[in-house]
Amino acid sequence: MSLARTRPGATRAIGVETVGMTKIFGGLTALDDVSIRVASGSFHALLGENGAGKSTLVKCMMGFYQPTRGEMLVNDVQVDVPNPRAATALGIGMVYQHFTLVPSLTAAENLVIARVDTPAVIDWGKERTALNAFLETTPFRVPLDVPVSGLSAGEKQKLEILKQLYLDQRFLILDEPTSVLTPDEADEMLGLLHGMTKAGDLTILMITHKFREVTAYADDVTVLRRGRVVGSGRVEDLSIAEMSRMMIGETDIRESAARTAQPEKKLKLELAGLFADDDEELPAIEAISLKIHAGEILGIAGVSGNGQSELIEVLSGQRLLKDGRIFIDTRPYEPERRQMDRFKVFGFSEEPLRNVAVPRMSVAENMAFRTFDKSPISPFRGWLSPVPMRKKARGLIDAYRVKTPSTEEPIENLSGGNVQRAILARELSGDVDVLIVANPCFGLDFASVAEIRAQIIDQRNKGAAILLVSEDLDEILELADTVAVMSEGRITYQSPMARTDRATIGHAMAGHH
Amino acid sequence: MGDDPGLMTVLLAMFAGAIRVSTPFLFVSLGEMLTEKSGRINLGLEGTLVFGAMSGYAISYHTGSPWLGVLVAGLCGSLFGALHGYLCKLPKVNDIAIGIAMMLFGTGLAFFFGKPYIQPSAPRLPSISFGTWSDHPAVRQALEINPLFLLGIALAIFLWWALKNTRYGLIIRTTGDSAPAALALGIHVDRVRLLSTMAGGFFAGIGGSFLSLYYPGSWTEGLSSGQGLMAVALVIFARWNPIYCFWAALLFGAAGALGPALQSIGISRGYHFFNAAPYILTLLIMIASTSPRRSLKGAPGELSITK
Repeated sequence: MSLARTRPGATRAIGVETVGMTKIFGGLTALDDVSIRVASGSFHALLGENGAGKSTLVKCMMGFYQPTRGEMLVNDVQVDVPNPRAATALGIGMVYQHFTLVPSLTAAENLVIARVDTPAVIDWGKERTALNAFLETTPFRVPLDVPVSGLSAGEKQKLEILKQLYLDQRFLILDEPTSVLTPDEADEMLGLLHGMTKAGDLTILMITHKFREVTAYADDVTVLRRGRVVGSGRVEDLSIAEMSRMMIGETDIRESAARTAQPEKKLKLELAGLFADDDEELPAIEAISLKIHAGEILGIAGVSGNGQSELIEVLSGQRLLKDGRIFIDTRPYEPERRQMDRFKVFGFSEEPLRNVAVPRMSVAENMAFRTFDKSPISPFRGWLSPVPMRKKARGLIDAYRVKTPSTEEPIENLSGGNVQRAILARELSGDVDVLIVANPCFGLDFASVAEIRAQIIDQRNKGAAILLVSEDLDEILELADTVAVMSEGRITYQSPMARTDRATIGHAMAGHH
Repeated sequence: MGDDPGLMTVLLAMFAGAIRVSTPFLFVSLGEMLTEKSGRINLGLEGTLVFGAMSGYAISYHTGSPWLGVLVAGLCGSLFGALHGYLCKLPKVNDIAIGIAMMLFGTGLAFFFGKPYIQPSAPRLPSISFGTWSDHPAVRQALEINPLFLLGIALAIFLWWALKNTRYGLIIRTTGDSAPAALALGIHVDRVRLLSTMAGGFFAGIGGSFLSLYYPGSWTEGLSSGQGLMAVALVIFARWNPIYCFWAALLFGAAGALGPALQSIGISRGYHFFNAAPYILTLLIMIASTSPRRSLKGAPGELSITK
């Protein structure tokens, strides 16, 4: 890659426009007559719920899908994009939500292999010089010689963007680029990108659902709902309330239950100096000590991969505890089935089909995981009686409004929100003393999110001690009574919610405390 | 010689044995390493090894040129690799199951075609004498080194260099570590894996020809005794690094030479036990290098055992 081609200052951003883009999958219209115009050098936000058609739209633009109808213009010239390679050739690049870097290759190797004209024998001396010169032309800084698996999420995300710039892509589609970053990392990255659009070096189309990022960085916004454009305009002309109404439409959203005051502060769950290793036998969590009282939600904030999943695994008995004790009501607790039952410990987490359900077993069977070995479902030891199991499942399905054709439907055929509701029904229908929840609303639509959060507050009001681990800071801010921040396997910050704010928590998440 | 001629003899015999016995290990493990780097496991290399031994011996017998035998053994190996690579490309096919089938297929085919070559004697590979400076016959004999061993060292160094410094090296590593990333780069994942498996088969075939054409130096049905399978363990032990593959092959070779070396100084008690040393070593290495609480370090991310 010649350096002249990447020199800054030259106005080389490109504008892209779709006209009447429609995509029909079988009987489902995923995109319906979508026209958006992203002017060159602008920062355009694409808002919408899950399933609103955002990904379908950008996949059509990138050539992964062929639109059923509609066309695309680059710099006002109509273009054909039969495959992703064609999009790349037009200068359109995409940064995906999941990383597309090769973990065992270094940053330099990842950049060089991404090129079309990688030489057969690579002269690393020369390439290193060229890469350093290229990095000088961008505001991003990433270590070049470390395998990508050793980089932080923020560095990986920067490297993904660098890769697109290195390939000379001047129209970048970013798919929820900040979902794995700390607020500070996100601000830094978006700020730098914003600067590049202002300088005319870059055009950005960003898929997001974070209004804060839209109002802070985007120039224009388009809102999609059920495959249609339901609103668009300059960001400065729109309020967050207007944008959110466009996104959600007329759906009924359950109001969050009011938080009742909890008079007595009775200690329920105590974690005392927990240590555990990760899969590489390196310390994953160190000296985790937390106290959660009855009727309290303790929210653990943090960027993913800082030990939260290992902590959840320890608490649910999936990972060996190396050191430390867990106490419930000051009595020692081991996370095994009999004790969970005795101490009334329940929990649920993100992606229930992967984590807490057996996808091919029926809804009724999945709902009976906590009770199948007890009367009435199991009248004698080791025997299962399907009639009471189905009866119980029918009751739960009605009470929790799970949409399923029958109790015998494999649970994997339900929509994400309904799977989570079925699990909620299983975990919350009895008496709950301790509730362990991890990213409960990940990937769900607004109505389900509101429902699940309201259920969590209900449990709190009924006196359960709740440990909530979430990568979504807004969720913590909404639900938690006490907030703790986890960073590199340790609790680095803890405060009652009333005495802290987003910025303080964000700094703690980034390791500044 | 020192005070203990017995010990010296054993050490010298083990050194010589390590060089002789390690060569097939080295070739098969380099082939397996390359295949695994591209994201597939080929357990069929045991069959490839045996078929290489048979075909190399047969060609050498018919043409009188052992080197032509080595080449043909390699080519047969890459045919086996091509079959493995092609079958694994089909949907819902598991590379490990195909590998086991290929292992049985290769050995069966070799036994079938190899019957007529058990009796006759074919020209064997020459060796290079590096021991002419010594007047000790044992030293001179130990330093009779086959060119294939040297070729194996060169190959290990070349692969180590090429995986870092060439486009194809990076493409293979990319394919083996993250197929989605490779696809995003426009790499034909199946083609890269097919070619890597073919190259791996070529090396394994050469390793087989060494067995029949140099050491032990004749074609019998019990020739291989599982070297092709042990090479898989060896690759894990070597952490997918070609240079480590060389040292691991030497270690396995020395372990394999332990029994005969002890016998050469008259210790025949426990002969079969010492002959089992490579297998015991394989077990110990697998136990030591794996743990239920840890995932394998350095393993290519696409391997079906690590996924």
